[in-house]
Amino acid sequence: MKLPIYLDYSATTPVDPRVAEKMMQFLTLDGEFGNPASRSHRFGWQAEEAVDIAREQIADLINADPREIVFTSGATESDNLAIKGAAHFYGKKGKHIITAKTEHKAVLDTCRQLEREGYEVTYLDPQEDGIVTPAQLQEALREDTILVSLMHVNNEIGVIQDIAAYGELCRANKTILHVDAAQSAGKVDIDVQLMKVDLISFSGHKVYGPKGIGALYVSRKPRIRLEAQMHGGGHERGMRSGTLATHQIVAMGEAFRIAKEEMATENERLLALRTRLLDGLSDMEEVYVNGSMEHRVAGNINISFNYVEGESLVMALKDLAVSSGSACTSASLEPSYVLRAIGRDDELAHSSIRFSIGRFTTFEEIDYAVKIIRENIGRLREMSPLWDMYKEGIDISSIEWSHH
Amino acid sequence: MAYSEKVIDHYENPRNVGSFDKDDKSVATGMVGAPACGDVMKLQLKIDDNGVIEDAKFKTYGCGSAIASSSLVTEWVKGKTLEEAGKISNTEISAELALPPVKIHCSILAEDAIKAAIDDYKSKNTAE
Repeated sequence: MKLPIYLDYSATTPVDPRVAEKMMQFLTLDGEFGNPASRSHRFGWQAEEAVDIAREQIADLINADPREIVFTSGATESDNLAIKGAAHFYGKKGKHIITAKTEHKAVLDTCRQLEREGYEVTYLDPQEDGIVTPAQLQEALREDTILVSLMHVNNEIGVIQDIAAYGELCRANKTILHVDAAQSAGKVDIDVQLMKVDLISFSGHKVYGPKGIGALYVSRKPRIRLEAQMHGGGHERGMRSGTLATHQIVAMGEAFRIAKEEMATENERLLALRTRLLDGLSDMEEVYVNGSMEHRVAGNINISFNYVEGESLVMALKDLAVSSGSACTSASLEPSYVLRAIGRDDELAHSSIRFSIGRFTTFEEIDYAVKIIRENIGRLREMSPLWDMYKEGIDISSIEWSHH
Repeated sequence: MAYSEKVIDHYENPRNVGSFDKDDKSVATGMVGAPACGDVMKLQLKIDDNGVIEDAKFKTYGCGSAIASSSLVTEWVKGKTLEEAGKISNTEISAELALPPVKIHCSILAEDAIKAAIDDYKSKNTAE
């Protein structure tokens, strides 16, 4: 077993060796290095064919038409193109946009930018389990709502939203629905015909493909128009100019093909691994799972270890590559905005750790992780004055703390 | 975040973790910080009849730098008089541990903890 153990698959995944193998065939002189936009020779034709196949593989995973796939540099760019592109194109119809407080920064910051341009944005508050209910969306929809942007699976807490229900509501209201599916592709079934979604963002590197490539699904029926954010040679039907990165596109296609093929068996294995992890920690005191357990992807678990501060915990777990909900980088440190939005208090938000399990995680690694988590939580709690107070039965919220 | 070797040493082998009886008159207790801010430091000093700190213990909830700052302070105050201990400044602490600018507040907290403990001792021993 190699240390540290990688348990941060929601941040990024290693490229699957099968994908890397494929990718390398599209780089060098003896490979297919041509520009897919070159129409006058076979180098271009071959590259174009490879891109077409990849486009089909991606469309296949979500039951879409290949002509509905636009390649971008990643999910952040896809989010920007979808939200700004739709808002700018349909801005004359209305200026109201709906999103949620637990969205990824690529969505939230893009919405902030649109606010500066004069759009009005409603930020929905999810329930305590992280779910945005269809009723909440229904209530927020207005006649002038041109766009709704809600994620499929949350990156921090792994909660799965009811996209099909959002789709019905948005279609009935003639509002465009954009979904960030960076964390759900290859983990949860996506069917654009059943879900009535207009725009979907995808990432390559969360699905064992390379970084620097992503895609945006743009519905043809109904036809969704976007104002381009990148201008140039008119690639990707004018929606995203720039020479297509053949090797990355081919790799993303292969990654999505594998995802479709192996998703069911992989999810079963991931769930068994996560159950082993949770079972190993379940008898510990003051341990809280953040977000719904019922509607959650198999590979994610987000846990708060009360009375232990997150950054020292990450330091203690140096043999585990995990993410902390706390970022102690300033005098007043900022806990995870996602956990705050679902109503977790600062202390629990600070003491949270996200474990994300993936294709190459083993049972041996999980067992080792359980062992070092238990040892170190115990050690840090022995060192924590808050743990002492808890043990003495003192209510920490009743104390007047001097906020510095 | 890259920590200095000294921070990692204090974090992995913290000196003087523990507690004294806070009701003991010879014990000075200083608790500073707030859970919501991510650090709480409890520093306790045991003071002999001559006003010299003969022992010190701490417990800290916080990041590695906060734990290291409090651990370091327990080493420094031993053998000092209260007056001498009160002169330990956050700049000395942060210099010793090579704290990055974003972690300076941890050393300020450690300095505050010493001052709070001294205040506690004074109020305890002048009350009657």
